[in-house]
Amino acid sequence: MTDNSPTPQSSSAAETGTDVVARNQGHDIPGLPPHRPRQTDIDPRAAKRAERQVALMFLASALMTVLFVIAFVQIPTTDTWPVPFFNATINASNTALGVTFGLAIFFIGAGAIQWAKKLMPDKEVVQLRHPLKSTQQERDEAAEVFWDGADESGFGQRKIIRRSLLLAMGLFPIPLVVMLRDLAPGPLDLGVLKETLWEEGSRIVTDPLERPVRPADVPIGGVVSAMPANLTEVQHEEGNLNARAKAAIILVRMAPEDIQSQQGEGWDYQGILAFSKICTHVGCPIALYQQRTHHLLCPCHQSTFDLSDSGNVVFGPAARALPQLPITVDEEGFLIARSDFDQPVGPSFWERDR
Amino acid sequence: MSATVNAGKKAATYVDDRFASANFFKRSLGKVFPDHWSFMLGEIALYSFIVILLSGTFLTFWFKPSMVEVIYDGSYAPLKGVEMSEAYASTLDISFDIRGGLLMRQIHHWAALFFVAAISVHLLRVFFTGAFRKPREFNWLIGVGLLTLALVAGFAGYSLPDDLLSGTGLRIAQGIMLSIPLVGTYLSWFVFGGEFPGTDIISRLYAVHILLVPGIILALVTAHLIMVWYQKHTQYPGPGRTNENVVGYRLMPIYMAKAGGFFFAVFGITTLVAGLVTINPIWAYGPYTPDQVTAGSQPDWYIGWLEGALRLMPNVETVIFGFTISWNIFIPAAVVPGLVFTAMALYPWFESWVTGDTKEHHILDRPRNNPTRTGIGVMALTFYILLWIGGGNDLIARFFDVSVNAITWFLRIGIFVLPPIAFVITKRICLSLQRRDREKLLHGRETGQILRLPHGEFIEIHGPISVEERAVLLSKPEVEPLALPPTEDANGVKNKKAGRNRLRSRLSNWFYGDNIPLPTPEELAAADAHLAHEIEQTTPVLDEATALRVGTPGVIADEGVLHDDPKLVAAARDAARTIEAERGENKS
Amino acid sequence: MRRSRWAALIAVVAALVAVGVAYAVLNAQSKAAAAPAESATSAQLEEGRKLFLEGCSSCHGLNAEGIDGATVNNGGNGGPSLIGVGSASVHFQVSTGRMPLAGPAAQAPVKTVEYTAEETEALAAYIASLAPGPASPSEEELDFSEADVAEGGELFRTNCSQCHNFAGRGGALSDGAYAPSILDATPQQIYEAMLTGPQQMPVFSNESLTVEEKQAILAYVDDLRTAPNPAGQDLGSLGPVGDGLFAWLVGIVLFVAVAVWIGARVR
Repeated sequence: MTDNSPTPQSSSAAETGTDVVARNQGHDIPGLPPHRPRQTDIDPRAAKRAERQVALMFLASALMTVLFVIAFVQIPTTDTWPVPFFNATINASNTALGVTFGLAIFFIGAGAIQWAKKLMPDKEVVQLRHPLKSTQQERDEAAEVFWDGADESGFGQRKIIRRSLLLAMGLFPIPLVVMLRDLAPGPLDLGVLKETLWEEGSRIVTDPLERPVRPADVPIGGVVSAMPANLTEVQHEEGNLNARAKAAIILVRMAPEDIQSQQGEGWDYQGILAFSKICTHVGCPIALYQQRTHHLLCPCHQSTFDLSDSGNVVFGPAARALPQLPITVDEEGFLIARSDFDQPVGPSFWERDR
Repeated sequence: MSATVNAGKKAATYVDDRFASANFFKRSLGKVFPDHWSFMLGEIALYSFIVILLSGTFLTFWFKPSMVEVIYDGSYAPLKGVEMSEAYASTLDISFDIRGGLLMRQIHHWAALFFVAAISVHLLRVFFTGAFRKPREFNWLIGVGLLTLALVAGFAGYSLPDDLLSGTGLRIAQGIMLSIPLVGTYLSWFVFGGEFPGTDIISRLYAVHILLVPGIILALVTAHLIMVWYQKHTQYPGPGRTNENVVGYRLMPIYMAKAGGFFFAVFGITTLVAGLVTINPIWAYGPYTPDQVTAGSQPDWYIGWLEGALRLMPNVETVIFGFTISWNIFIPAAVVPGLVFTAMALYPWFESWVTGDTKEHHILDRPRNNPTRTGIGVMALTFYILLWIGGGNDLIARFFDVSVNAITWFLRIGIFVLPPIAFVITKRICLSLQRRDREKLLHGRETGQILRLPHGEFIEIHGPISVEERAVLLSKPEVEPLALPPTEDANGVKNKKAGRNRLRSRLSNWFYGDNIPLPTPEELAAADAHLAHEIEQTTPVLDEATALRVGTPGVIADEGVLHDDPKLVAAARDAARTIEAERGENKS
Repeated sequence: MRRSRWAALIAVVAALVAVGVAYAVLNAQSKAAAAPAESATSAQLEEGRKLFLEGCSSCHGLNAEGIDGATVNNGGNGGPSLIGVGSASVHFQVSTGRMPLAGPAAQAPVKTVEYTAEETEALAAYIASLAPGPASPSEEELDFSEADVAEGGELFRTNCSQCHNFAGRGGALSDGAYAPSILDATPQQIYEAMLTGPQQMPVFSNESLTVEEKQAILAYVDDLRTAPNPAGQDLGSLGPVGDGLFAWLVGIVLFVAVAVWIGARVR
């Protein structure tokens, strides 16, 4: 790697501003205009002033660094300060550290820039470019070196070596890929993806405080976030969140005459409907229930489902109705599931309908 | 002082004895860079990246990339006793129990937003000025790679604290993975170590976020800079600037101070912002659980366009032979970004193929001088911004009191209609600007001074344009659409590439067909002579008229007459002198 | 005849009041305040009825039975029946200024309150007297000083944040509807909103979300409103969109300004 212009040189054209340096479509492009001196170049007092400004900025930076250390030691992280003109507070430690440190850094930069602009020479310099390509001779020489070496190695003639090497090189990355196999805990388990904790008789409890729900607890126009009672038995390391991500439901209740259709005959209990809380689009939890229109809106991508009409999609990118969970009550009068969902919950996947 | 110089000399000798580095230093320190604010946009990205590395290293000392469940017992009261992952708890500790931790977290996140924003504006500058042309195509390619990696790094970082927004983002990412035909389910199964969310993803993303992606970014940034160094920086057209030189200032001392100072300025401003303005208040979002969500669940800004694409896409899903294909997710989240990045990466080769341009370019294009490219850029930008708006449609609905559904429908249609309109308008504006440039060369600059001719006609006086401007205008490159090669050769054999050639010629015409050429040297000489004559004619009259103080400034009424009669001009001049003289007398 | 009927009514009311007062006095120590509907005086009911006839009956009907036909949502002026909505609903709607409605809109916005606290109480008492419904919460029910803020946070994120956002700033719903910011609402109004489910908001009855759970939510909302900000100035607590706008409009603008300064020629 060589730079093509070993010695920077300034062009004499730069001095006059009238010399022609290039031609374009028959036109002359004039050279650099003459250098105009700055105030600081001609007025020593202006130069002195600029010098003081720069030094002042560097000193301000040093002062801010000192203040930073004081603030770090003195201000507890829990203190707050009022924000002027806002009816708000702001964390004292974070503000003091940020402002002092920020200014300490900024002033170094501002001082250096001011120094360069006002006091360092501002006469433009011209450096020549050279074509980036090599000469044909250089190319030929390079090719020759390569082919000589290739011949000497015998790579071309010794077929068996060449082919066995290519084979070995082709195979050796395989272990690197194979070892990634155990990123997954085991073979893809479609059953796990398609099933949830719900089963016949699973009691419905509220989320997050786990109270069992009686039908009377769900008012008309109300919504209750819920989960299966046995979810709490699943430990965190056993995949509590995985189970939760599939089993979360919402209960809504509407006047029975408002229910236009359901995914299964009589899957409600006295107007109480249970739907998966996981959007069928890309899986956001979905609970923006608009009780007058019975619409359920997803806050992520605005898919809208009509819960009074089998949870069908009425707007947005989701392609599938929200799965409904058939429910009833047990002998103690608490709401229970009648079975698992009859379809996988959450986003679609390739094998979903297999 | 001399002691320092001596010590420096000794050190330099010591190094040079071992590396023969003198020549390298001589060349490097004397290297000339052109000076323009728009050449520093990439530097903002570079410096933000350095700030990210520094602050990120600090954060790794306390962050625990673990999804083990803990009960929070730190100093943030509203979350005391809540179950959460160790990742989230340690992020809370960094924010509330480690002095300066919150500042560093906020510096890190702000710098990440600035990093991608700076890359974007740098990319726009490079695109619109044609800096990606030969010999710099591969540096453009590296830049596109850097942008892609920046998005990956940003998204991984956004997901690490395991707060409610992080988790929601990961959930969406997993939904997108699932939509990939054939392999999607496997991909998700491997990435998450089983089902979503599992207990592995944070530690895996951590490795990606702090080692893999930044490592590659660092390598690519280095290559990016070496290429700039080696191929030298482009420059804008102007007097003294040619395709064979670089005009600017030397690295030592000017750019040591300017670029070094700029690093401190960027770092300082980022730190100030981090000290004053909250970003990503993870404590307010709460820990992630898959059944909670907040209104306004959005990604960081640079993923916003993909979020918008997801929101706008109509709900198409098909089941073929029992296999489910979620077009509603796969198209906006995988196909669209794939196409956008591929088109962006290949654009330099597309343009050079269309225009047949194989020359080296070190003088930048003014955007107007390449109307089709500029139009394509604005079209792409419009497309991007519309998707971006889509990504925030719920907040726009809330603050401008319109229906989310209406915005979504507007964008669903607008995404097809508005970008082509933007293209046409931009191209027209560029061509008008080219015409104005030509006018300027031929008729000079409009001075804003109006003259009334003896017969009552008003004309505007033109003055000569500055040397700098003239040099810029005259540097306009010559472009010509490719001619259509014959479809048959002399022997009547059909050219196999005829179809391709026709397409290429058509595209080339579309690219350059309506270019406004520079005036020929003859036209320009005539125009110069005319202008000189006009100036010669009007200047004395103007002087007199100004002396006579007739009319409002800049507008010369009755006495300021333009005509060819030197006698009248002389008379007017005499009259003016008389008046001046009288005034002088009155004053004394 | 007429006189005697009035007399009978007054006698009954007077008797009820007497019993109520006696009960209240006897229970003064145990119960600080009963629900307004229970303690309504005849004068209050009469004032409520008067206010209702003047201000509300044109939409809700002379007997609060509602007016059929075109509703406010599609250009008419018919309002829903208020029979059985309870004092909580009336207090919420009137004390936040949502009622009386200014004009047709996707939903009733918060605006200047038109009735004094006493008048609002009277209106609520009158409507509550027509038929039983959810009553305004007692002071006891509203007392969240013992509630667990962290638990309130979890309940808030499960039940509230999907519409009202993590910081209670509100958010968009479909078809022009929206969930308003709850930071300016009083604990009583928030409680009543949960209890009655105004507009598109679902109902969180005391059975589906117990009084203790509601108190925890009130405590969390109070913390959102009053706790000192643990970090810097927030950007409206709207999530990453605000951050992104700031990064562009302030961050990049500042950096470019410095770049322009660096590149500018010095005279």
